[in-house]
Amino acid sequence: MKKLLLALILVLPLISGCTKKENEIVIGEYDSLTGSDATFGLSSNKGVRLALDEINAAGGVKGKKISLVTLDDQGKNEEAASAVTRLITQNNVVAVIGGVASGRSKAAAPIAQSNKVPFVSPASTNPDVTKAGDYVFRVCFIDPFQGMVMAKFAKENLKIKKAAILRDVKNDYSVGLADVFAAEFKKGGGEIVADLSYQAGDIDFKAQLTQIRSKNPEAIYVPGYYTEVGLIAQQARQLGVKVPLMGGDGWDSDKLYEIGKEAINGNYYSNHYTTESTDPAVTEFIKKFKAKYNETPDALAALGYDAAKILVAAIERAPDLSGKAIRDELSKTKDFPGVTGKISLNENRDAVKSAVVIQVDGNNRKFVTTITP
Amino acid sequence: MQDFVQHLINGVSLGSIYALIALGYTMVYGILKMINFAHSDVYMVGAFAAYYFARWLGIENNPGFSTLLTLIVITMICCSLLGLVIERLAYRPLRNSPKLNVLITAIGVSLFLQYSGQVVFGADPKVFPEVMKDFVIFSIGVVEIRSFDVTVLGVGIVAMLGLQFLLFKTKIGRAMRAVSANPMVASLMGVNPDRIIAFTFIVGSSLAGVGSVLVGMKYPKIDPLMGMMIGMKAFVAAVLGGIGNVGGAVLGAMIMGLSEEMVVAYLSSTYRDALAFGILIVILIFKPAGLLGKYSVEKV
Repeated sequence: MKKLLLALILVLPLISGCTKKENEIVIGEYDSLTGSDATFGLSSNKGVRLALDEINAAGGVKGKKISLVTLDDQGKNEEAASAVTRLITQNNVVAVIGGVASGRSKAAAPIAQSNKVPFVSPASTNPDVTKAGDYVFRVCFIDPFQGMVMAKFAKENLKIKKAAILRDVKNDYSVGLADVFAAEFKKGGGEIVADLSYQAGDIDFKAQLTQIRSKNPEAIYVPGYYTEVGLIAQQARQLGVKVPLMGGDGWDSDKLYEIGKEAINGNYYSNHYTTESTDPAVTEFIKKFKAKYNETPDALAALGYDAAKILVAAIERAPDLSGKAIRDELSKTKDFPGVTGKISLNENRDAVKSAVVIQVDGNNRKFVTTITP
Repeated sequence: MQDFVQHLINGVSLGSIYALIALGYTMVYGILKMINFAHSDVYMVGAFAAYYFARWLGIENNPGFSTLLTLIVITMICCSLLGLVIERLAYRPLRNSPKLNVLITAIGVSLFLQYSGQVVFGADPKVFPEVMKDFVIFSIGVVEIRSFDVTVLGVGIVAMLGLQFLLFKTKIGRAMRAVSANPMVASLMGVNPDRIIAFTFIVGSSLAGVGSVLVGMKYPKIDPLMGMMIGMKAFVAAVLGGIGNVGGAVLGAMIMGLSEEMVVAYLSSTYRDALAFGILIVILIFKPAGLLGKYSVEKV
């Protein structure tokens, strides 16, 4: 009897979680709130919450308040898949805001697709993510574009002829960026003098860096995540490698400077937006974000904010709350004035917009230039 | 040529880190004839203890030799307490059960520490405080020897010599060797095996503590799963050199560090981890007792 009671107590919250309130629209979100790249997920989640709070404060959508259910994927692909399944089948969400990492979106998006629930990823940049089907969208640009941006920047702004690459072979994102960078860089007569790899979780990179040093490149492209990039920067400087490092939006975290310290200063990476922008949409967003969380929003927060805003705008326009109606309106998104730029979704459901190049300067991020597609 | 010398230095520096952890494996095996798979997680807890104590004592932004020493002493204490608790709660109750049970328990303790570590400390990586300034001690051309490398190597050698001294020149060392040979007979000679085994865990775990501070100093990113790979590699190093043999652990660790470095430098970094386990297999086929070990039939 006791056991039965205990089982009931444990199961009750699950059942009650399923009941839907009439005057509420439920949106689901899954993100890496713990795990090795948790700052990405936490930032994105803060952006989403800020956007929805604003919308609710202004009266909600279709006369209803929006409530958000957030699940943690712990930075694991299989957890992302089960989180999305749970959101759709148990929480009955009308749409899902996806996670930040491409690997997790690739695991989760097909589930949303087969259930015909619209899925919007804030920051998954791998090209394959939206190939899951016509219910899958994203508000960020894709990897080939980022690789191209840095190759262009290296050639045109830094006037570099010889570059080395250090990629994370375990990471689709890193491999994608590195491949495109190499192709683009060679196009204009540039030379890739070394193309080496590491694996996420490694802590010693001196062997690779020593080898890169012997090839005398003028810059090193390291399109990894901040945890390893910080250590790579330190060890590069310890070995006396003074040329700039370059990377992608995987660098965008305050931890980058905490881990890399002085060594990371002065290096460049491509990103979705800059806090130095004078665009009123951006300054307004930064002001509100600081007021709510007492920290400067990074690009992931801005993307989370945009993803939520675009999704809610589509829900507002849709004639009803069916997955198909919301999907149809999402696909019509054009020139949406987002924090990360004017966002239009193309026929592949990818956002088309420009990227910025940022220079690391302590915990500040100095805007260098904008590069358009 | 300069690159080759640089690779050598990098390899020795990596090897000395493996050595510190390998010593802990080899110690416990030498006395208890069991592989303490939780050793690498004691090391992980040590790194977090140093992290939190450095913040608590306010010495995190105060690099210097005294900071390093303070943190090493604190982590040694924390790790040996943890080692004692593990021994008392997980291993001692199984003292007379089959070896396999103890082995599986050790793996269980290891997983327990890893995953409760993620709950307690959070899975997000933390940044280890700066305990010492890194500077160039000696340089020829582009080849540099840095203070971190020298410190780690120095501590490794001191630890090895200290262990040798402890085992062969002290009374408690003689008792340890006696327990290792035959705990039953040792107890008839007035040695308390439980006490000696507890002492072994104190020494082994405090070595893990020293290792964690030095690794944290050199690679300032710590997370609850940080012990996994490095623990595996150190374990392979201990087997390679002859598990139970103190000098062998250091030799094995150096071979591991150097060969890993050379594989990444001249082959591909993708083979790095494959190599460690490749070495293990080859050694187990051709010289099952390890390079410096004595062959004896062991029933697991």
